Amino acid sequence: MSHDHSHEPVTTAGEPPAAARVRALADLLVEKGALEREDIRRRVDRLVSRTPADGARLVARAWMDPSFKERALSDARLAALELGLEPGESPQVVALENTDDVHHMVVCTLCSCYPKALLGPPPDWYKSLPYRSRAVSDPRGVLREFGLELDEDVEVRVVDSTADVRYIVIPRRPPGTKGLDEEELAALVTRDSMVGVAEPAPSS
Amino acid sequence: MTRAVHDRGGWPTEAPIDRTEHDLADWEILMDALENALEARGVMNTDEMRRGIESMPPAEYESVSYYERWLFTTETILEEKGILVPGELDARVAS
Amino acid sequence: MTFAAGDDVVVSSREHSGHHRTPGYLKGRRGTVLRVYARFRNPETRAYGGDGLPKERLYLVSFELSGRDRVLADIFEHWLEQAA
Repeated sequence: MSHDHSHEPVTTAGEPPAAARVRALADLLVEKGALEREDIRRRVDRLVSRTPADGARLVARAWMDPSFKERALSDARLAALELGLEPGESPQVVALENTDDVHHMVVCTLCSCYPKALLGPPPDWYKSLPYRSRAVSDPRGVLREFGLELDEDVEVRVVDSTADVRYIVIPRRPPGTKGLDEEELAALVTRDSMVGVAEPAPSS
Repeated sequence: MTRAVHDRGGWPTEAPIDRTEHDLADWEILMDALENALEARGVMNTDEMRRGIESMPPAEYESVSYYERWLFTTETILEEKGILVPGELDARVAS
Repeated sequence: MTFAAGDDVVVSSREHSGHHRTPGYLKGRRGTVLRVYARFRNPETRAYGGDGLPKERLYLVSFELSGRDRVLADIFEHWLEQAA
């Protein structure tokens, strides 16, 4: 049998048995014609290149342009397309605006639903059992672990992505950023701030 | 009321949240790509994929890593659909 | 029945042993509809090879947590009842 890929050892050091199993599964599925090698390769390439940059661009534009922000709050999927961004496969993407009075935080208690197209792959902690459990029972405790302490006056809204809608947080614009352009603003928008467990980076 | 193992909201735990992040290993990226490719082809859908994960024995669900769950469900669903023959993958790994 | 933003609702506490997307911590809880979303294919039947039709209306519902804090979740129409 000829192979069009380099031979890898069955299991390299440090890999779980699952690693060899996944590679064998890929081989089998390609052999059966269920999948094409090229399609897999393309997807792998896309996966390794995803970052939160697109989400940060959407937030930065919302900060700079109030009418864009309104469009983003009305339909974030369309707003992302307006900027030439790929909104992802979910039929509905909703942007949640943090204000002085309301702080949003996103979780998927049932699995790991996450706006991957805009934020890249979810971090391990987002998929972890403790986050999924405690985000909806003790959000302030969770935020404290992330170093964020909110006033009692602020309403924390924990959003559990239980269905087809994907949520992205528009965090509050840091003070002292009036003179920054969109690119400089986007650089302040951290992934964690778009999930709602942190504020954006302060302007230096 | 019974709770399935994946239904974690409010599950009693004092466990801290481990904020260590790890770059996805090659096999994890491959697993992600495989599952999404299968969905894009209409071989399986997201709800079947989730249902498969939810069928894991609870102790296994709680102890294996994220993409090991994806492997479990993909094998389960593909066998269910007759695309994978039971034992076929074991044999291939062993060879 | 269908609901509108502002309606008070209760999440059903019925047992459902198959795949479904209504989390246990919200079953039996009273909440308020915040948004009315589109209709989506039913994951409960799609999970077993069905086509998920007819589509079901999805709602963003807000629940009390503690103090001012709230939990919001997307709940399908057939899991919601009008609150008394």
